[in-house]
Amino acid sequence: MKILVPVKRVVDYNVKVRVKADGTGVETAGVKMSMNPFDEIAIEEAVRLKEKGVATEIVAISVGVAACSETIRTALAMGADRGILVETDVAVEPIAVAKLLKAIAEKEQPQLIILGKQAIDDDMSATGQMLAALLGWPQGTFASKVTVEDGGITVTREVDGGLETVALSLPAVVTTDLRLNEPRYASLPNIMKARKKPIDIVKPADLGVDPTPRLTVLKVTEPAKRQAGQKVASVAELVHKLRTEAKVI
Amino acid sequence: MTSLVLLDHDATGIKQPSRSAVAAASKLGDVHVLVTGRDLAAAAAAAAKLPGVSKVLTADSDDFANPLAERLAALILALAPGYTHLLAPATASGKNVMPRVAAFLDSQPISDIAEVIDADTFVRPFYAGNALATVKSSDKIKVITVRAASFDPCAAEGGSASIEPAPSVDLPSNSRFVSSELSKSERPELTAARVVVSGGRGMQNGENFKLLDPIADMLGAAVGASRAAVDAGFVPNDYQVGQTGKIVAPELYVAIGISGAIQHLAGMKDSKVIVAINKDEEAPIFQVADYGLVADLFTALPELAAELEKA
Repeated sequence: MKILVPVKRVVDYNVKVRVKADGTGVETAGVKMSMNPFDEIAIEEAVRLKEKGVATEIVAISVGVAACSETIRTALAMGADRGILVETDVAVEPIAVAKLLKAIAEKEQPQLIILGKQAIDDDMSATGQMLAALLGWPQGTFASKVTVEDGGITVTREVDGGLETVALSLPAVVTTDLRLNEPRYASLPNIMKARKKPIDIVKPADLGVDPTPRLTVLKVTEPAKRQAGQKVASVAELVHKLRTEAKVI
Repeated sequence: MTSLVLLDHDATGIKQPSRSAVAAASKLGDVHVLVTGRDLAAAAAAAAKLPGVSKVLTADSDDFANPLAERLAALILALAPGYTHLLAPATASGKNVMPRVAAFLDSQPISDIAEVIDADTFVRPFYAGNALATVKSSDKIKVITVRAASFDPCAAEGGSASIEPAPSVDLPSNSRFVSSELSKSERPELTAARVVVSGGRGMQNGENFKLLDPIADMLGAAVGASRAAVDAGFVPNDYQVGQTGKIVAPELYVAIGISGAIQHLAGMKDSKVIVAINKDEEAPIFQVADYGLVADLFTALPELAAELEKA
């Protein structure tokens, strides 16, 4: 089966972003960019399914500026076979990304699309669910275990009180949670090989999608800063202050 | 202007994050709520008592015994034309279902709102809560999930809404519930607890998390963990507090052996009082802690348990 894996280029998870002085957004110029960590897990899962002989081809897709091809290269170095870049300078929202991915899925006819459960920049956690809806496919979100068998897929999901397992017919959409797997590092030979793998470039208009955002960002502000409090010298002092000063116990 | 709120419930009634979602919806006008499941009489009665709610819709059938996104989305979609706003708490269930509903309505969901400005305008955190965006939606029907920690829950009693069954709809059959494995705990849920005691990588292994038990018991606290502790396999994922786990804002948050990575702070920095115990005095957690104790947790935890017992 063919698997599509969308990957997003985001500000690296180690970077503490700064809000721009004019309140229009966060500073991304000169900031380290990486693949969204949950998308690395998605690529890893697809590669493992290929290694097991379940998947035959993995296509990595990214939507965004030209530099997103670097993110696709990372996916190719991890084991994806080819890439598609949907190139646009628009700050695309999940609804636009889902529509673009739907158009690609209709062309590519995958049996499975694996996405990260959430992008760590916009924290929307929406694209996978929206894509599943647009395609009319079932969804296994927040997956911690995925088993493909007999024309279906079983997904164990991280839910608030523990785990839930659902069985879905294929084709289906899966979104990855933290414990699904531990993504591999790309080896140097694989990074070299990835340079030769093909990346097609298309525009949103080629896919018949208008990526104009639906949400207008009126302003972006920094949250109220929390002040560091006091250091206490002992457990006894801590408990005493929690009782008499903070009055929370 | 009327909103529909999808509620989560259990044997004890309507869950607290759902009552926060009702509080958010109340700022927008009239509120109807939807409860789904099996044998809903008690849950529906509890929902009808929520102040600000004028109508309770129930989908009481085996089809909804488990919260499958495909079915819930189909049901909400059928109800959607009567509403200007569709809301759910940003719980695992709400986050699973609402974007699916939004896609069917050609609406961009507004995830995890922390403030209602007006009917079209909301504040939502992004970048792990390091920035707040004020966004205005141009969609006809707004689909929203609510950050429960940012809205005081509505009271459990005081209202008297009507109860009626939701119309039946054709449901997709492309998904099936297999099983669930829910953590059994006498403790309060993380997102509703007045006190949360969390452990991090400094706990060293899962066995050591038991050291938190007596303290959590004495404080009536929920036990949480940092992503690092979950990543290391010490505890299950539903313990996770942070950007990619649960967002909590208890009266008291006690961080034990947690360094204070951005991703963790995102989940707890709105707590009223924060206590940090860490042997590294440079740990970033101390920059947000009201009370910091530089100490080895393996010495401090037994001392803390003994001190709390003194009453």
